[in-house]
Amino acid sequence: MEEIANLFQGFATVVQPFNIMVMVVGIVLGVIIGVLPGLGGANGVAILLPLTFSMSPTSAIIMLSCIYWGALFGGAITSILFNIPGEPWSVATTFDGHPMAQQGRAGEALTAAFTSSFVGALFAVAMITLVAPLVAAFALRFGPAEKFGVYFLAFCSFVGMSKEPPFKTLAAMMIGFALASVGLDQMTGQLRLTFGFTPLLTGFNFLIAVIGLFGIGEILLTMEEGLHFKGRSAVINPRVVFQTWAELPRYWMTSLRSCVIGCWMGVTPAGATPASFMSYGIAKRISKKGQNFGNGEIEGVVAPETAAHAAGTSALLPMLALGVPGSPTAAVLLGGLLIWGLQPGPTLFVDNKEFIWGLIASMYLGNIVGLIIVLTCVPLLAAILRIPFPIIAPIILVLCAIGAYSVNNSTFDVMLMMVFGVLGYVLKKCNYPLAPLVLAIVLGDKAEESFRQSLLASQGSLSIFWSNWLVGTIMALGLIALFWSLIQEAWTRVVRATATA
Amino acid sequence: MECRRRILIRRRSHLGGNWEMADKSRGAGTTGPTHRSVEIGVAVMMIIFSLIVIGGSLQVGISWAFDGPRAGFFPFYIAVMILVASNINLYQAISAGPQVRLFAEWGQLGQVLRVVIPSAVYVALVSWLGMYVASGLLIGVFMKWIGRYGWGLVLPIAIGVPIVTFIVFEKWFLVPLPKGPIEELLGY
Repeated sequence: MEEIANLFQGFATVVQPFNIMVMVVGIVLGVIIGVLPGLGGANGVAILLPLTFSMSPTSAIIMLSCIYWGALFGGAITSILFNIPGEPWSVATTFDGHPMAQQGRAGEALTAAFTSSFVGALFAVAMITLVAPLVAAFALRFGPAEKFGVYFLAFCSFVGMSKEPPFKTLAAMMIGFALASVGLDQMTGQLRLTFGFTPLLTGFNFLIAVIGLFGIGEILLTMEEGLHFKGRSAVINPRVVFQTWAELPRYWMTSLRSCVIGCWMGVTPAGATPASFMSYGIAKRISKKGQNFGNGEIEGVVAPETAAHAAGTSALLPMLALGVPGSPTAAVLLGGLLIWGLQPGPTLFVDNKEFIWGLIASMYLGNIVGLIIVLTCVPLLAAILRIPFPIIAPIILVLCAIGAYSVNNSTFDVMLMMVFGVLGYVLKKCNYPLAPLVLAIVLGDKAEESFRQSLLASQGSLSIFWSNWLVGTIMALGLIALFWSLIQEAWTRVVRATATA
Repeated sequence: MECRRRILIRRRSHLGGNWEMADKSRGAGTTGPTHRSVEIGVAVMMIIFSLIVIGGSLQVGISWAFDGPRAGFFPFYIAVMILVASNINLYQAISAGPQVRLFAEWGQLGQVLRVVIPSAVYVALVSWLGMYVASGLLIGVFMKWIGRYGWGLVLPIAIGVPIVTFIVFEKWFLVPLPKGPIEELLGY
């Protein structure tokens, strides 16, 4: 029950006036970021990260995680009103959300979406509260080999489970690792891969990559598609909210199922986007009204939103407990921890109790505050989306440049951001996934360090990764994840063969 | 799994909402680089990148020293994996055969360049003119050139946004941004 006491202490930290203010500011900024094209959770947090350098780590993480919750909420607004998913994980929300808006039931759809997001997040936070300390306590026993095993597992799941071609995922990921290794080698103190070019001495900062790949790249994509926002207007009044709330408990089963799917997909680095699709698909198959999915069925909004928010929230669990982020945004938050001088991973739960429980408590409160803000501010937020692209795009570009500059106070980084932007545009169009690339830049140093430390211990023999049951299990899980699609294919073939025999 | 695949297809068609419109306007005369040629180009670039990394790793040594693996050990094997994966991607792109699918129309690429060129000039100007003046210029050029707005709207936004950023970053959050000759004249 020590956790409960810690959690209450965390609440005490969070309800300080300054932290509450930071929370509200974070949520509002986050929703705006989620609504704007070209700004998403990951690069929104990356751009605003430098603003938090002067804050205490606890206030800083509250602000940044609240931006993340806000962005998760905001994605639903554009999906439902404009049929434009602001974030990839809200694509599934457009299937039934936009038809509802077309039928004049936008208020109902938005209320359902926000409430389900809230439920999903709350479920995931409760899970984090209960599970994270246990995982962290377990992970304290990890040596370098086990640590590398966890990274191995995370990256293998990317290759095996992503919808992009596996060799493209692999190539993108390894480019991330290669970029991470540029600069000073931490173990030997030697410079490498700089080719005598001074600005490369400090290496590539992943924040620059995030801002460029996701921010600038997204603007270029929007420009190419020549999007014109034609949205439905929506008014949410209390009557609609309560009516919808009265209707929602009917879908408790869908909701619970989506929570579980979301948490599972969020903890494994599969992420929020596949979680929302899977949840939508299963709801469609199981529901009595499955035939009507796609024509404005409220259950079709509940399922993906719950799962996406549950996944987005539970992506923080491996980040906090193991130091392995489950999503690009979690990776940016992890980068923030390093900048504030905290060591992500299991030791956080021992050395920085106040910080970690403050964060967990802020997840509860932040989602409540978020729900209230989005329910009351929808018309205002929809108005932001109506600002024409030629006005909003250069402002986003300027914000990206400011964010990139202030990471290291370097104008070289601003140019680098532009290069990453063009790269992001081309890679995305060629179906290369960007999330593993970013995660590899973030984790590259640590993965290399644990790999080399393990090899040092074993005098260069790879057998150390199978030397005990713990590391062996992790590595085996990694290999299963890596060859997941092949295993699945073989399995269906076997089943089919026995069925025909 | 089958179900998920169906949804993914569905998702593609949903995402394609705007594409379909573009397809209709895509008459007989519209051309552009094919998807295949860009894929091949990307794979070749990655192969070149991996060779550079391999070269750099060899420079610092990829073998074992008395105190463990040398600095180039890890990046070397990473680069080898890029090389292998990119060759497979290259092979797959080539063996896909000639196809009609375009990467983008020239007109669309032109739209993209209309963002890339001012932005590239902008990031170059930042180190010379400072963040604020360069940002004002970017917003002004963008609104005038792409949005074709009148000066009555362009000027207030192009001047107002840098002033707001100055107050927010420099004054509230104490984040100093690069400044140029004009800020110097004003005494910053």
